[in-house]
Amino acid sequence: MTTAVETDLLTVSDLTVDFAGVPAVRGVDLRLRRGETLGIVGESGSGKSVTSLAILGLLPGTAAVSGSVKLDGRELVGLPNKELSAIRGRKVAMVFQDPLSAFTPVYRIGDQIVEALRIHQDLDRAAARKRAAELLDLVGIPSPDRALDSFPHEFSGGMRQRAMIAMAIANDPDILLADEPTTALDVTIQAQVLDVLRTAQRETGAALVLVSHDLGVIAGMADRVAVMYAGRVVETAGVDELFARPQHPYTLGLIGAVPRLDTSGGPLVPIPGGPPSLAALPPGCPFAARCPLAEDRCRTVEPELLGRPDADGHLAACVRSAELAERAPAPSEVYPVPEVAPAVADTAVREDREPVLRVSGLTKTFPVLKGSVFKRKVGEVYAVDGVELDIRRGETLGLVGESGSGKSTTLFELLHLAKPEAGRIELLGQDTAQLDRASAHRLRSDIQIVFQDPMASLDPRMPISDIIAEPLLAQGAARELIARRVPELLRQVGLEPAHASRYPHQFSGGQRQRISIARALAVSPQLLVLDEPVSALDVSVQAGVLNLLQQLKAELGLAYLFVSHDLSVIRHLSDRVSVMYLGRTVEAGAVDAVFEQPRHPYTRALLSAVPLPDPAAERNRTRILLAGDPPSPTERRTGCPFRARCPVYAALPATRHARCETETPVLTEAAPGQDHTAACHYPEA
Amino acid sequence: MIRYLAKRLGYYAALLIVAIFLAYALSCTALGPRTYFEAKQPRPSAASVDRQLTALNINDHTPVVERFGKWSKDLVLHADLGRTIHNTSVNAEFGRRIVVSLRLLLIGSLLGMLLGVAGGAWSAVRQYRISDRTLTLVSFVLLSTPVFLLALLLKNGAIAAKDAVGHEVIPFTGYETPGLSGGIGAHLADWGLHLLLPTLSLALGGLAMYSRYQRGTMLDVLGSDYLRTAEAKGLTRNRALLKHGLRTAIIPMSTMFAYSFLGIFTGATFTESIFGWHGMGEWFIQAINEQDINSVVAVNLFAAVVVLASGFLADVLHAALDPRVRS
Ligand code: SF4
Ligand code: SF4
Repeated sequence: MTTAVETDLLTVSDLTVDFAGVPAVRGVDLRLRRGETLGIVGESGSGKSVTSLAILGLLPGTAAVSGSVKLDGRELVGLPNKELSAIRGRKVAMVFQDPLSAFTPVYRIGDQIVEALRIHQDLDRAAARKRAAELLDLVGIPSPDRALDSFPHEFSGGMRQRAMIAMAIANDPDILLADEPTTALDVTIQAQVLDVLRTAQRETGAALVLVSHDLGVIAGMADRVAVMYAGRVVETAGVDELFARPQHPYTLGLIGAVPRLDTSGGPLVPIPGGPPSLAALPPGCPFAARCPLAEDRCRTVEPELLGRPDADGHLAACVRSAELAERAPAPSEVYPVPEVAPAVADTAVREDREPVLRVSGLTKTFPVLKGSVFKRKVGEVYAVDGVELDIRRGETLGLVGESGSGKSTTLFELLHLAKPEAGRIELLGQDTAQLDRASAHRLRSDIQIVFQDPMASLDPRMPISDIIAEPLLAQGAARELIARRVPELLRQVGLEPAHASRYPHQFSGGQRQRISIARALAVSPQLLVLDEPVSALDVSVQAGVLNLLQQLKAELGLAYLFVSHDLSVIRHLSDRVSVMYLGRTVEAGAVDAVFEQPRHPYTRALLSAVPLPDPAAERNRTRILLAGDPPSPTERRTGCPFRARCPVYAALPATRHARCETETPVLTEAAPGQDHTAACHYPEA
Repeated sequence: MIRYLAKRLGYYAALLIVAIFLAYALSCTALGPRTYFEAKQPRPSAASVDRQLTALNINDHTPVVERFGKWSKDLVLHADLGRTIHNTSVNAEFGRRIVVSLRLLLIGSLLGMLLGVAGGAWSAVRQYRISDRTLTLVSFVLLSTPVFLLALLLKNGAIAAKDAVGHEVIPFTGYETPGLSGGIGAHLADWGLHLLLPTLSLALGGLAMYSRYQRGTMLDVLGSDYLRTAEAKGLTRNRALLKHGLRTAIIPMSTMFAYSFLGIFTGATFTESIFGWHGMGEWFIQAINEQDINSVVAVNLFAAVVVLASGFLADVLHAALDPRVRS
């Protein structure tokens, strides 16, 4: 095999894809060598997924594909469907993004894997079933024989993605194409699945094409990277080279725009504007409108993907790439970075600032009902089971937790402004259990929320001026005040007051999120609840919104409750952080303390699971992989709820187990008076 | 699965009892057999009317619940549906007509269902092509044509054909040629020919409706990730469609099959009278005109059983196609 290593397994040249005349991919060149991992990174609409689907001819019939895709010297574009089918799954296999919808819901997992095996191999059912069980075992699914008989909906997201990988490697393919394979998953599950992908690659020796928007995932997995923008590859290089010396301003900007887990604070480097519409591309470089280095010559002809012969395959589509290669500037030296004034939290001592929100022992259970006509209660879901929060004026509390940790329920309970099932909520010193209707209504303007999906939370039939005015109207504000407030708010969030009469669909995703923020600010709240406010946005746009939030906090002295699954964003934006697991607060404290010296084993695992956008750091890191999925919140265990997955517990001598098994840990301070608490009996282990 | 179906069956049985009681009570209040007897010439005495009504268990002076008790006791213990207003056996009439109606209903609805599903799926795969557009147009025309109009058009067509050719090409009255000689084969062929037009008048409506819905569910499936997965693992498009697409696309239809059956049943009433079939529908109308409570209830019983049975069959189909409902 040594001779084959150097030959290209897959060569894509000048691949173009149009949908009804609108280009999606505009001349992509890629090379994949045997056994290597090629990362394709890009934002939404960059054409990265379309490229991966086009390689296997899996695009819908409305797509017009041209150019060339050569697998082992054989041309795939234009191959009849029947011959392509023989290649799909056998030579090139795919792993898709959303594992729930990627399995046929009505067939058992085992039957679907057996089917994949028997399409390409001459196996009888029993032999195929045996092989399928081996495959499930290889990807780490417990009791594989039983798992074969499960239906897709009985699996968790992580398990489904494992099974999907098992199915992909069933026929020992030469190439695995993974299209955003971990995007829908929680970070600890993502770490597990990436690990399985590595195992799969090792076992089959397959080359991997990994499509992702996440620079961290790419940095940790890829050998070489291709960066896509507006339907083309704009830069490609070995992974270390690309992250260390990007030669395209877009790549440089992307690297500067992602918040990092290992550094805190400071403004991010946003790339101004948004990706262009491919239906009406101006001539010249498609990045010119956003590029701080753009010159006149950039706007005439589109630069080609070129590199110096000695550059070891480092190519970039930019007229000034040589200059960038030489100078190797930091992102902030190329892109304008906004000034962010110091926030209140940075100037005043915490004890001196008055509390905005105080939550203790918050509990919320939901009944589990059974029966079709007469419902009876058969159990309870402990959605929130002991949440503690503490936010003071001018500070941001980041709330971290994976799906099912009870974050959403907690927010819902807070916004409800009513007496909680158990525990206590105090907003601006007022106990919500004591509020009458009038004071609850008044208090409502002090707590406002910004949701994840700006498109779903903005009424498409209202001009944005009306949208922003809504909370003011609800509080009975005067007409003149509204007329004055709306342009002021628009300016505050970085939008043109002249655009007040436009409708939401006329704005980009990032701008829509700014509109949501303006609406939330309209009634001058003290506390802004931000529920995953940037997770629907591309990184280059996300950076701008995060900077805006920091700026608003400093200007208006706001307090934020910032909920996110993205720990890097939390680290970047928060002053304090609170970690939830199974409805409980398991660790809380100042952000640097928690991120640098995590005390709860869960927090440690969570942090180690976050991929860093830095290939060298990624390689040298030890990872704590958690076993399995979070248990169901319908059972309340005695002792520590994290026990089943806790690596510390597993490593403890049996004599010390008893405490974790019998005694539920409560939040305790690391040292008296220190702002860092954790709910673990062995925080120093 | 057995448990699930047993549960559904119990549920339908309970529904059936309720439906029958309501039908019975409604017929008793809406119909007045007393006037029917009083209108006889020569006018019978009040006592004699009462006696006859009581004998038939339709005396409006007896409380409804009591009458229903006797009626259901006879039904359960002796499988006896009572007597018609002419003092003949309801059972005998029921037996004669059920064969006629079931033949029409079963074939008509099954045909409509099968053609509708096939047509809808095919139409979805060929979305926006000429064939899809044609089927869409035809379905809409059929959907906006009431059954009786369709039946009349078919019949008139057959009459026109007869006039043009000089003898009957396709029969359009009754369900067999009276006094036909020949073997079983000749009889079957004769039955088939007689069935053709009435069945069509029922099936075409079903075809139109089912194909619309099936096209919609199929289009959803066509854009689904799992269909793409099936192709990505090496199934050809057609095999992936048949094995992974069609089955999931039929699941939401199974509920529809059950509930649209009632419409077909109503439609059959028209079809029967237009084509001169002496079936349940014709009997129903006749019985209402004659204030014949027991016959009306018998037809209602038939309708209720048929509708609930088709609901149960739909459950069986659903459970067979979608293993997720079984647990
Ligand atoms: S070609 Fe010009 S506009 Fe395009 S990325 Fe390079 S410097 Fe910027
Ligand atoms: S209390 Fe025990 S089981 Fe729980 S997190 Fe700490 S060490 Fe692990």
